[in-house]
Amino acid sequence: MDEILSVFSVEAREQLDAMEAGLLQLERGDRDAETINAVFRAAHTIKGGAGVVEIASIEHFTHVLENVLDRLRNGEIAVDSEMISALLLGCDHISALLDAVQSGQLGPDAELDTAGAAIADQLRPFLDGNAPAARGGALTADGGDEADLQRSDRASATNDCWHISIRFGRGVLRNGMDPLAFLRYLLNLGEIVHITTLCDAMPDADSMDPEACYLGFEISFRSHASKEAIERVFEFCRDDCELFILPPNSKLDEFIALIEALPEETMRLGEILIKSGALTREELDSGLHQQQAAGVAAGATAAPPPLGNILVERNSVQPELVEAAAAKQRTVSEKKTAESSLIRVHADKLDQLIDLVGELVIAGAATNLLAKKSGEAALVEATSVLSRLVESIRDSALQLRMVQIGETFNRFHRVARDVSRELGKEIELVINGGETELDKSVVEKIGDPLMHLVRNAMDHGIESAAARAAAGKPATGRVELNAFHDSGSIVIEVGDDGGGLDKLRIQAKAIERGLLQANETLSDQDVVNLIFEPGFSTVDKVSNLSGRGVGMDVVKKNITALRGSVDVRTEPGAGSRFIIRLPLTLAIIDGFLVGVGRASYVIPLDMVVECIDLGDAGGDRNYLNLRGEVLPFVRLRELFEVPGQPPSRENVVVVQYAGQKAGIVVDQLLGEFQTVIKPLGTLFRNMRGIGGSTILGSGEVALILDVQALIGRCAKSEEQRAHGNTGSRRLEAH
Amino acid sequence: MEFITQTTADGATRLTIEGELSIYDAAEIKHRLIEGIRGAAVFELDLSHVGVMDSAGFQLLTLAKRESQELGHALRIVGHSPAVREVIEFFNMVAYFGDPLVIPAGEQS
Repeated sequence: MDEILSVFSVEAREQLDAMEAGLLQLERGDRDAETINAVFRAAHTIKGGAGVVEIASIEHFTHVLENVLDRLRNGEIAVDSEMISALLLGCDHISALLDAVQSGQLGPDAELDTAGAAIADQLRPFLDGNAPAARGGALTADGGDEADLQRSDRASATNDCWHISIRFGRGVLRNGMDPLAFLRYLLNLGEIVHITTLCDAMPDADSMDPEACYLGFEISFRSHASKEAIERVFEFCRDDCELFILPPNSKLDEFIALIEALPEETMRLGEILIKSGALTREELDSGLHQQQAAGVAAGATAAPPPLGNILVERNSVQPELVEAAAAKQRTVSEKKTAESSLIRVHADKLDQLIDLVGELVIAGAATNLLAKKSGEAALVEATSVLSRLVESIRDSALQLRMVQIGETFNRFHRVARDVSRELGKEIELVINGGETELDKSVVEKIGDPLMHLVRNAMDHGIESAAARAAAGKPATGRVELNAFHDSGSIVIEVGDDGGGLDKLRIQAKAIERGLLQANETLSDQDVVNLIFEPGFSTVDKVSNLSGRGVGMDVVKKNITALRGSVDVRTEPGAGSRFIIRLPLTLAIIDGFLVGVGRASYVIPLDMVVECIDLGDAGGDRNYLNLRGEVLPFVRLRELFEVPGQPPSRENVVVVQYAGQKAGIVVDQLLGEFQTVIKPLGTLFRNMRGIGGSTILGSGEVALILDVQALIGRCAKSEEQRAHGNTGSRRLEAH
Repeated sequence: MEFITQTTADGATRLTIEGELSIYDAAEIKHRLIEGIRGAAVFELDLSHVGVMDSAGFQLLTLAKRESQELGHALRIVGHSPAVREVIEFFNMVAYFGDPLVIPAGEQS
């Protein structure tokens, strides 16, 4: 895909997000003018961008949205949720069109066109004048907006043209200026779609002054230039001509005002405007009709003021133009400030930088090692400064990839809205910790699992309003999205205050599906964890949203693939909470280097709590007493079957993950170490207990321990011991 | 600036203008055109030798056309130089004059 197209789609998606957020805000009752303006501007920017990259489908469709938003902005229609729904659908449609563009399909697509037309139909009522009006404007004769839609419906590009009306003054030619030259110069700014030459001002042959200029023009002009730029073309004769410039998509009444302001006869001008494509005949008729009606109405109270009216109308043209020009300037300057504080960088470049920093970290570690061996104080000092700087570089490089999760969270406002409508439940979405940062690559991958969890919470978690009332809960269900940092990982919680998971039903279903033997007994937690088994779903009725039995296992798989974990806490009647833990970044970690035999292993430093001497506590058991607490541990030597005898003094590294503690027994503690995570080959993908590999300063390979898996292992064996049976073995084996 | 008036085989008066149809000779051109159109039921204009035409010249052509219509006379432009053709086309007035625009061989772009 072209660069310009990709820039356009990225920007358009940003604008779409802004639009959606604004629309939802409007629906929630925030009728702030600035919000409406922001939504309008977003639509306008998308349309403009689409025009520049010449994607007519998006341009035309967005135009329809823009018309509705414009009426909203002018207070001609009031916000109602039906309209917001239709507008949101419109956003979706634009997004679909963008997808089509991004997949390289530039031509029209019949299916999408039909979908677009259907949405346009839904929007139609809001464009018609009979929608509830919310204003009582007196001066400007409004209306003609229904015609506005017809114009946009026609989907021809002519309605995106400027309309220029110019009547040159008598002295123009005599002053050495030639109208022809001005108009030719206009071609530098754009394309003259249609021009009508008017010589009506020319008197009869005898009194006609051959050196005077009687020419006038009605021009339909397609250009992306600003109004100032167009005006500047006529700068030299500005004082000696009558110039009217109507921006693209001007309102019908502005055209009517123009017709009245110009010296030629109304009907003749109307014909010209029709011919030049600025107006359709219906538009003209309805506009003129409205005008007459307004005149009659005005006549009832005051004397019919045709001339005064013309003057007023003439004045009313200008503020509109000024406003259009000012709005344009404003968006330009806004864009500029946004641009100066943000630089768009290709993600590949960033990845490359991180890669290089990773190599730098490894090389730095090697230098450090050599310096220490050499024993030269000055060299050691220099390298330690160096490694500190490398550390800072690493942190800032990783920081570049960090994005706030809030953006991802905000998408769910829309989901909550749609789902609650679909299900007829009142659901409130509460977001906490949106400013929590995590790696962009993680954010991208967490979106889908989160979506599923949120939908599940709304669909299965929150009970129907009646059930809630019976349980004495507030009618509005509550779904919470929380994010916070916790010992080197980010924790994302999806909680609801619904009915909680029904353990008995889960168990029954698991037995029915053959996931569980009827006589097996499981701990409560294990029962709940069954929902992550492939093909498990307890809902008998398959809804549109979830309940198709694909999902929770996929959610778990996706999260595990990110080196994360997902847990469920549930309480009958009070709701359930899904807790996702993810590493902050996928690339570099601070590690704690330990040695077993001749091999080295890395434990992520964030998870290390303390190191203690194993002493005599070990023996044959695999747990020890840590200040009165039972601490299960694993011996790496046994786990990885490292040959050789353990040294007389063994050490225990106490690690913590997700609130659980465990010990890892190693031979030596080798200290902190910056680690660039290198993925293991596909051959080792399914190996438990190892998260990746890294290269030490000496060039040796060290394996990075997957603490989560190790803790899980410890916890399991402890639980088995506690229960004295092997009930959970099945689960472990999947 | 040269004006050559002749009578064609079918009795029309033909005015051939050589030089520029511009503001500089506007008064003269107006005089010639109006005089011509008033004096002949069928008035032909040969503009194939016009090097430059500006808005003033164009304006005079429309005046002549309008005058001919008012009098019920016929004005025919029988030769268009590229300059004349370009201006008439630019102003979208080809239909107004209603004359076939003859593009000389070898000039098509």
